[in-house]
Order: sequence, then structure tokens, then C-alpha cells
Amino acid sequence: MLSIDNLHAGCEGKTILQGINLDVKPGEVHAIMGPNGSGKSTLSTVIAGHEDYEVSQGTILFEGEDIADLSADERAHKGIFLSFQYPVEIPGVTVTNFIKTAINQNRKAKGLEDMPANVMLKKIREKAALLEIDSRFLSRSLNEGFSGGEKKRNEIFQMAMLEPKLAILDETDSGLDIDALRIVANGVNKLKGKDNAIVVITHYQRLLEYIVPDFVHVLHEGKIVKSGTKELALELEEKGYDWIKQGA
Amino acid sequence: MDLKETLLSSYLVFDAQDGPQHKLQDQRAAAIDVFEQQGFPTKKEEDWKYTSLRNLIKTNFSVFPKEEVNLKLDEVKEYILQDVDTYKIVFVDGIYNAYLSETTHEGVDVCLLSAALTKPKYADTIKKYFNQIAEKDASLTALNTAFTKEGAYIHVPEGKLVEKPVQIIHFTTDKNPNLLLQPRNLIVVGKNAEIQIVERHQSLTTNETFTNVVTEIFTEQNAQLDYYKIQNDQTTASLIDSTYISQRKHSHARVHTFSFGGKLTRNNLNFYHKDPEINSTMKGITLIEGSQFVDHHSLVHHAQPNSESHQDYKGIFAEKSTGVFNGKIIVEKEAQKTNAFQQNNNILMDDKASINTKPQLEIFADDVKCSHGCTIGQLDEDALFYMQTRGIPTKEARGLLTYAFANNILQSVKIDSVKKRINKLIAEKLGVNIGFDV
Repeated sequence: MLSIDNLHAGCEGKTILQGINLDVKPGEVHAIMGPNGSGKSTLSTVIAGHEDYEVSQGTILFEGEDIADLSADERAHKGIFLSFQYPVEIPGVTVTNFIKTAINQNRKAKGLEDMPANVMLKKIREKAALLEIDSRFLSRSLNEGFSGGEKKRNEIFQMAMLEPKLAILDETDSGLDIDALRIVANGVNKLKGKDNAIVVITHYQRLLEYIVPDFVHVLHEGKIVKSGTKELALELEEKGYDWIKQGA
Repeated sequence: MDLKETLLSSYLVFDAQDGPQHKLQDQRAAAIDVFEQQGFPTKKEEDWKYTSLRNLIKTNFSVFPKEEVNLKLDEVKEYILQDVDTYKIVFVDGIYNAYLSETTHEGVDVCLLSAALTKPKYADTIKKYFNQIAEKDASLTALNTAFTKEGAYIHVPEGKLVEKPVQIIHFTTDKNPNLLLQPRNLIVVGKNAEIQIVERHQSLTTNETFTNVVTEIFTEQNAQLDYYKIQNDQTTASLIDSTYISQRKHSHARVHTFSFGGKLTRNNLNFYHKDPEINSTMKGITLIEGSQFVDHHSLVHHAQPNSESHQDYKGIFAEKSTGVFNGKIIVEKEAQKTNAFQQNNNILMDDKASINTKPQLEIFADDVKCSHGCTIGQLDEDALFYMQTRGIPTKEARGLLTYAFANNILQSVKIDSVKKRINKLIAEKLGVNIGFDV
């Protein structure tokens, strides 16, 4: 599904990713771990298609297609979703209106008519329930004044609505208390299927107790220095990132 | 001959035609003297520092329509609110059009100023209110007074709640090129009375047109007024709107101005408080592109204690368009416990767009709450990327963000039909169809 080969990328003339190789197949859950500044967020931003980031070398293939020249919204239309570490506040646009717009713009890109209002409403209710989101929350301005937990729940709610093929969850566990973490992870797990894949980017092993990865990769100085199964995450937790840094 | 001279000689013709027996003759004569002395305002005057009329007055406008023009409803339907039952006072090239209008004298007078000026039964009202708060020494207002002949006359008697909104609409056509229109409106909202008014000036031609409109409004004790100005005209149409509102105790006047287009638009909006405990609200959205120009000059004169004023203007300027906001608040020494709030927020969409914004507070009382703030910024790039990652393309994302920036202004619009219309105009201006909710 996602095939990254020798990816070098960065922004403002600085190369942050120094040759990433990653292969994600449908149905898989990958975790990318690493210390601060290792390039985790850059990797997710580059995959999502931020125009300030430049790929200087290597390729990103999504379902066999090179997506280097696609804008972020075109990548979203292909089925790539990025859950932000810091979701942006958009005053004046309600959660409901935002997701309606997003859904219908995705449908428009596929040549489909707008989703009928009653179908939309039913889907919103269903997915909100999955994330234990109160209906009053849906008429609030997007992310404005939301707690950390509410913001992250709202990200996964949008993911549930958009049903992406590939979901990249950037530090989804940061700022979450244990209950919110359980709700978010539960939501993600229910959306997991044999046809879609999830890449979890995280600093800590904590989230991986809830969203169990098939593969764990360790990122250091813009490269994947170690890959393994979920046991690698536990080993990291125990030994700390210094262990990797020394090894590298 | 320049435009000033043309107008001065036109005045002689105008006065000879309907002056001698006209009861306004003296007022008109005094007004033309003011205009003759002052001429058109120039950038040397503080109030016109950022607004140049030089280009506008190069055109030799005429105040006399050559022919009376009939319009079919189909030709102008899109400019008239249709999905709500309203009274309508419609003018075409400055001449009243009975076919498109719906006036009344049942419970409320919604009719023509020309009728009110001539019929004896209106004499007392005219004497009491006409030309009482319009600035005598402002040259453009004086010019309007000098040529006062026609406009809307609305008188809501004490205790009357007018359920149907009133639309005041002026069309200009290509049959009378380069017309200078000077409508004069007089609106009196009696004690405990209520009314909603929508005003629109629409050019149907690509000829240069110039409208210099003056509106005097009086809200008596406990009266409620909602006034909506929809300004979405051709890029050859210029509008100078001077509105004067005199308020009595417990009255609430709300004016919303939607400035979406025109060559040059200048709004002089003035509120005068004659009693304590008065509420004034003025809100606006400006959304322009090309080389369009919109200037909002507001004045709230707090003269008595315990009054409030709320001002909230949003501006979005694309391409080479220019905006001006000047919000003047005067709080007299007697006006203790005044609560005056002013906000002006702007987004510049392109490098060449600009806005000059200036709060102007003159406070002589010592126990007041006055807050003001202005911002100038761009659309949030992080928000645009965020929206893109959800599949919303840049153009739609910009549209949604722009709409979100401005839409709080619509919350206080009471006529659904106006709200819908404004939403539609905003979507059209932004070139997106994203089904805005209010």
C-alpha cells in the first residue's frame, strides 16, 4: 500500500529525513518510535504532502503510484489520512460543518454527488457514538477551546468518517489521560480492517499496549535504525533511546 | 466645466423648475452655498485622508435623467428579496417605479419623500425631522440637501410593529448614462415601534454611475430599528452613503452593512444619542477584490449616561482592493457608565491588497468602559494544510476559512432571507459552493 524507498526530505534547505525505507501492506499496523527530533513528525508531514517540505531523493509510492507531485488534498482523496499531533483550531466552523465539507469534497473528487443529508447525519451519529462524543460537541467550533483529549478524539472521529486506506496517527497519545487514551485506541481498533493500514507515530510505548503493532521501527537522525515486532517497543521502553543512539 | 461647476449650474435649473413654491427652497439654497464654498472633499481633509474622489469626479455626471425607464420584473428579480413578503420602494434612474413597488399607508407610512414634502398632512413631521440631524457643513450631505426631491419616506407611528420589512431599491440603467443620483430618505420610528429595512443600490449598466445618498433616521423612545445595507454593485458604480441616526431613550438601532463590490464605496454612519440608556449596534462585512475600494467611517456620539454601542466590522481584501475603517467614538463628560465596544478585523488575501484602519476615541467622562481593537492578518496557513489533509482543496479551504472569519456578523441578522442572500453572495464572491450553514 505504502512503499517508501530511500526517502530524503526536509524543509528550508535542511534535509531531515536521510534515507527512509518503509513498506506498509493492507491490514498492517506499524509503529514508528524515536527520540525527539529524530524526524517522526517530518515523515508524517511529508507523506501527507505539506508543500513546504521537499523530497530531494527517493520515492513515496501509494498503491503503486508515485504521489510526489500530488497536493495534500489529492493525497487525502486517494485515502491517506493524517491525524495531527496539534490539531488546528478553526473558529467559526462547526465540527459538523467541517466534516460534511470534507466528506463531500472527497466525494466530489471521486465524481460522486453530495452525501444525502440523512445519510450524513446517521453516519455522524454512529461515529460520534463510537468515540463517545456528545452531540453538543458537534456544534462547537472545530478544536476551539477543546481539551487535548477532545482534540484527539475529534481527529479519530474524522478518521472514522473519512474511512481512509492509510491512517497516520502522529503522537495521538500525547496530552491524553488514561480514559481518553482507551476511547481513542478503541476507536482506532474498530476501524482496523484487512484492507486498511495504520502507522502510529509515538514517543512512548504506552499507546502500543492499546493499539498493538505488527511492526515497530525506530527512527534516529532521519533514518530507520532498527525494525522489529512489538517486543522491540518494550525493549525500548526498558532500555531507553540511548541504547539506540549508542548502537547507531 | 468640472463636475462642481456643472452641479452649480444644474442647481439653477433645478431651482427654477421646482423651487419657488417648494417649501425646502431656503434649505436647499443654504445647502448649495455650503457645497459651493467647500466643493468636493479632498485628501487634505482628515476625514478623507485615505479616500480620493479625484478620479470619480472627473466624469461629468448629470443630475437629470433624460427619460423614464420601465423595467420588467424579470430583469431585476435577482436584486429584490423575493422569498419574504415586503413593502418595496423602487426607483429607476432616480424616478419612482410604481410597477415594481409596494407602498402603504395602512398603519404605517411607507411612501415617497416627494409626497411627504408636498402633502399638508405630513407637514408637521417634515418640519420636526427633515434635515435636523444631517450635517449642515459636510459638503456632500449639503449637495444632497440642495437637490433633495425624492427618496423613501417611512413613518412608523407609536406602538406599531411593522411585520413586513421594507426594501428601498435604486436601479440605474444604460438609458441615462453617467447619472448622479441623490436620494434622500427620512425614516421615523415612533415610540415603542419596530421596523426592518433593507437598502440596495444596483447599477444595471457598465456606465459610470454615482450615488450620493443621505438618510436621516429617528428612533423614538424604546423603538427598535434593524437596517441592512446590501452593497454589491458594478465596478463602475460609486456610492457615498451618509446615514444619520438620532436615538431617544431605550431605543436600539442596528445597522448591518455588507459591502461586496463597487468602484468606490464610502459609508458615513453616524449615531447621535439624545437621551440616556440607548443602544447602538453597527456591524459589517467587506469582501472585495480587483481594484475596488470600500471606506467605513462611523461615529457614535455618546452624550448621555448608561448607553452602549457595539461595533464589529470584518474586512477581506483580495487582489489590489483597498479598505478604510475609521471608527470614531465620542463620550461626552455627562455620558458616565458608557459601554463602547469597537472591533475591526481584516484579512489581506494578496500582497497588493491594503487596509487603513484607525480607531478614534475621544473620551471626556471618567467612568466608562471603552474597548477597541483592530487586526490585520492573512489566512492561517496551518489551518489550510490541516483542511487539505481532510480532502478539502485549497480554494474551498480558503473559502471556508474566510467565511468562518466573517460569519459571526450574520448571527444578528434577523431576516432569514437577507441571511441567505448574504451567504449566497459570499459563496459567489469566494467562488466556492460549500453549503454554508448559519
